Amino acid sequence: MAKEVVLLDFWPSMFGMRVRIALAEKGIKYEYKEEDLKNKSPLLLEMNPINKQIPVLIHNGKPVCESLIIVQYIDEVWNDKSPLLPSDPYQRAQARFWADFVDKKVYGASRKVGSTTGEEQEAGKKEFFEILKTLEVELGDKPYFGGETFGYVDLSFITFYSWFHAYEVLGNINIGAECPKIIAWAKRCLQKESVAKSLPDQKKVYEFAAQMRKRFVSE
Amino acid sequence: MGEVKVIGASLSSFCCRIEWALKLKGVEYEYIKEDLRNKSPILLQYNPVHKKIPVLVHNGKPVAESLVILEYIDETWQENPLLPKDPLEKSTARFWARFVDEKCIVSAWDACRAEEHEKERAVESAQESLGMIDKLIEGKKFFGGETIGFLDLVVGSLPNWLKFLEELGGIKLVDAEKFPSFHEWSKKFVEIPIIKEKIPMPDDLINYFTTSGLAKTIRGSALANNK
Repeated sequence: MAKEVVLLDFWPSMFGMRVRIALAEKGIKYEYKEEDLKNKSPLLLEMNPINKQIPVLIHNGKPVCESLIIVQYIDEVWNDKSPLLPSDPYQRAQARFWADFVDKKVYGASRKVGSTTGEEQEAGKKEFFEILKTLEVELGDKPYFGGETFGYVDLSFITFYSWFHAYEVLGNINIGAECPKIIAWAKRCLQKESVAKSLPDQKKVYEFAAQMRKRFVSE
Repeated sequence: MGEVKVIGASLSSFCCRIEWALKLKGVEYEYIKEDLRNKSPILLQYNPVHKKIPVLVHNGKPVAESLVILEYIDETWQENPLLPKDPLEKSTARFWARFVDEKCIVSAWDACRAEEHEKERAVESAQESLGMIDKLIEGKKFFGGETIGFLDLVVGSLPNWLKFLEELGGIKLVDAEKFPSFHEWSKKFVEIPIIKEKIPMPDDLINYFTTSGLAKTIRGSALANNK
């Protein structure tokens, strides 16, 4: 029953997208609830009183918060198909390390690219490419970060791809020219139905990002 | 079950988590002391991405980031499990571990480093986070229940670090009245023998920061200003 699993989310959130992909990978039916972050619902405030942020997964009435924690929860509860994390503890640790790297580094740098100007933006762009190049090295010649199959690290990073067009326009950068392997990897991931249906249209994201930028930057 | 090394620094609150976990599980390891002001080739080899400690090296293979290491240790050595088995309880423990690292520790440092005019607000923000930890431990012996677990190790040296940050920044963050449950927990936790063996002490932290000159680099530092 869809009511057993509810996702509180916000359509352009790359963190929410991670949960959408995980649920799709596992074939879990759920109720999607769009949050207006400028007017948070009583349900969100009740289910995540600490951070008051999306995504929140509500499973049989109990909340799980923080996108990567939710993805691991989904993997552990619905463990009968499509494993997201490796079964070997060392491989699992590496997957957690890289997903944590994406969390710690990609978002911060990409915000600077999209929402700042001048020197701060230039520094942000440099940082952004350094981070992407580190990820390119980690990917190497593998089809996915997880190896032969799409996994936890791929899931944690692919959601940022929906924002690449926005970063390119707002930051005047060319990600494909600098990091062609990342783009090739992203396109490979997008061939998966679970990813394609979980990521919003890049143009829509750009329009949203452009609006957001106006709030942060007076030009 | 193989050769285990820990690359660490004795005053790091992140490193002691790892040593406590290994000791709790009866795992023998070699401790390699790192000088963070002069990082060794071995650290740069085993953690080229962040160049930080702690790093666990198991049979020559490195694992970095303390929370990732703790889960690896728990999955590799089954004695005295650290995390609950139930996925929901596990998620809750992971949530609070992130909260400690991203909110409590960061806001405490921010309060320590804040300029005079921002200090009050920064202290309030830090205390708000600590208040949530106090509420979490209310009515419980340890975060893990009757015995210490994952979250106890993560919160671990926070009380001692807070005492140190209070002195460094000339601020008041905790007291027994404001956070009674947190205070009670910290008294019990620090008395556990394996914890007591290896926990950063406030005086050692103050010593390190003042003698290394790092105190002077902390804006708003009461210690630096008194030198």
